[in-house]
Amino acid sequence: MKKGIIIALLALGLGQVALAQNRYFTRDGHVEFFSETPLENIEATNDKMTSVVDFENGKFEFAVLIKSFEFEKALMEEHFNENYMESNDFPKASFVGEIEDFVGIRNSNFPPGVEMAAHGKLTIHGVTNDVVLPAIVTPDGDEYRLSSIFTVKPSDYDIEIPNTVRDNIAQEIKVTVSAVIVPLKK
Amino acid sequence: MARFLFLCSLLVAFSSLRAQEGSMLDLLPEDEPTAEYATAGFKTTRIINGHSFELNSHGVMDFKISHRFGRLNTGPYDFFGLDAASIRLGLDYGVTPWLNVGVGRSSFLKTYDGFVKVKFFKQQKGKRNIPITALWVSDMAIVSQKNTNTSIDPYLFSHRLNYTHQLIVGRKFNEAISLQFMPTLVHRNFVITSAEANEVIVLGVGGRVKLTKRIALNIEYYYVLPDQLAPGFKNSLSVGFDIETGGHVFQLHFTNSTGMVENAFMTQTTGDWLKGDVHFGFNVSRVFSVYRPKH
Repeated sequence: MKKGIIIALLALGLGQVALAQNRYFTRDGHVEFFSETPLENIEATNDKMTSVVDFENGKFEFAVLIKSFEFEKALMEEHFNENYMESNDFPKASFVGEIEDFVGIRNSNFPPGVEMAAHGKLTIHGVTNDVVLPAIVTPDGDEYRLSSIFTVKPSDYDIEIPNTVRDNIAQEIKVTVSAVIVPLKK
Repeated sequence: MARFLFLCSLLVAFSSLRAQEGSMLDLLPEDEPTAEYATAGFKTTRIINGHSFELNSHGVMDFKISHRFGRLNTGPYDFFGLDAASIRLGLDYGVTPWLNVGVGRSSFLKTYDGFVKVKFFKQQKGKRNIPITALWVSDMAIVSQKNTNTSIDPYLFSHRLNYTHQLIVGRKFNEAISLQFMPTLVHRNFVITSAEANEVIVLGVGGRVKLTKRIALNIEYYYVLPDQLAPGFKNSLSVGFDIETGGHVFQLHFTNSTGMVENAFMTQTTGDWLKGDVHFGFNVSRVFSVYRPKH
């Protein structure tokens, strides 16, 4: 009896390890955003995005540190952190969600050009909204390339833009996420 | 036995529950800590008259227009000092992330000045823990006003030179409050009476309180150690607001000094706050990215 329990527990433990091996991750994913107005274009990049995709169930998460965004002009970076994103109070932006029909698409080995839909919660500036983000996964040897392009409205996330710079900052900001994800080994 | 089984099942249930609630990102191995620098302790590189512990970023040129009007206590005839003005035009440049240089020209004694400002400690946490920011500022001021005192003969070029060396030690305590301490040595090549010291030691203290995201209250005081200046010279005290509007910072303030170069406001301030010898003034700072460094 006791032996049986031990075996059962061991099997459970092994099962969890096996599950973990089906997760893919990155620590140096790329996020950039672009704000385009007739007056001024503003862009920033971040190469420190972390992300995990669970290939068993399509669960998908990513997160970036706001302070890691780099701008062309140093003062823009300072104002982005201090005045708009308030990165001391809200250091991270993140997405937690699930990719629709991920297992089916995985089983057909991610046919090229198939755009999946990731349903979940996007948190920016301490405000969480339900969103659907597009996601494309492309196999590349043992790794996978992951990308997602979507737009974010600052007003949806309580990011206050004063009247004096209202014409310099776009109402909708284009965000591009791209990464190479590799197997997560425990 | 049954109890043991029950305990096991509880344990398993609990652990799987935890696995579901936690973020998958928590499963990633710990990353090396990165340096997290304290930024924007002051809105600009000056508190009011003197240097703050901030530098212009690499490749950034800062054009500064500074005005001090006449004394408030001159009354309505001089429109509370607004009829008179002392002005300094200056250019500061971020040569590297840790080095700024600047030049300026003041109407006060028709002075030309130049400075070098070096940051050698940067407040940070994470990878390394440094609780303070520290800088060194050296400047030279050349008084170009014609000498009208016939008793000084010959009046040489070296008579016109003044030097200031300053250590700035500061800390951004939180989002709102930054403080700095500035022990300073002013060397004047030429003083009129022997009662005045050529080398003047000054202890400065300055700070800010951020009131809103874009407005801060600044205070700055320079205490001259006793028996160094001729009677009638006062310690410089200034109080003002920073208003930031994107590329500009407007600084509006009240001060008892008219000079805007170190040796002038530290050792040649004659206004007395208690008698109303206070000047309204402003600095306008406009930054330009003239060189874009590669990250």
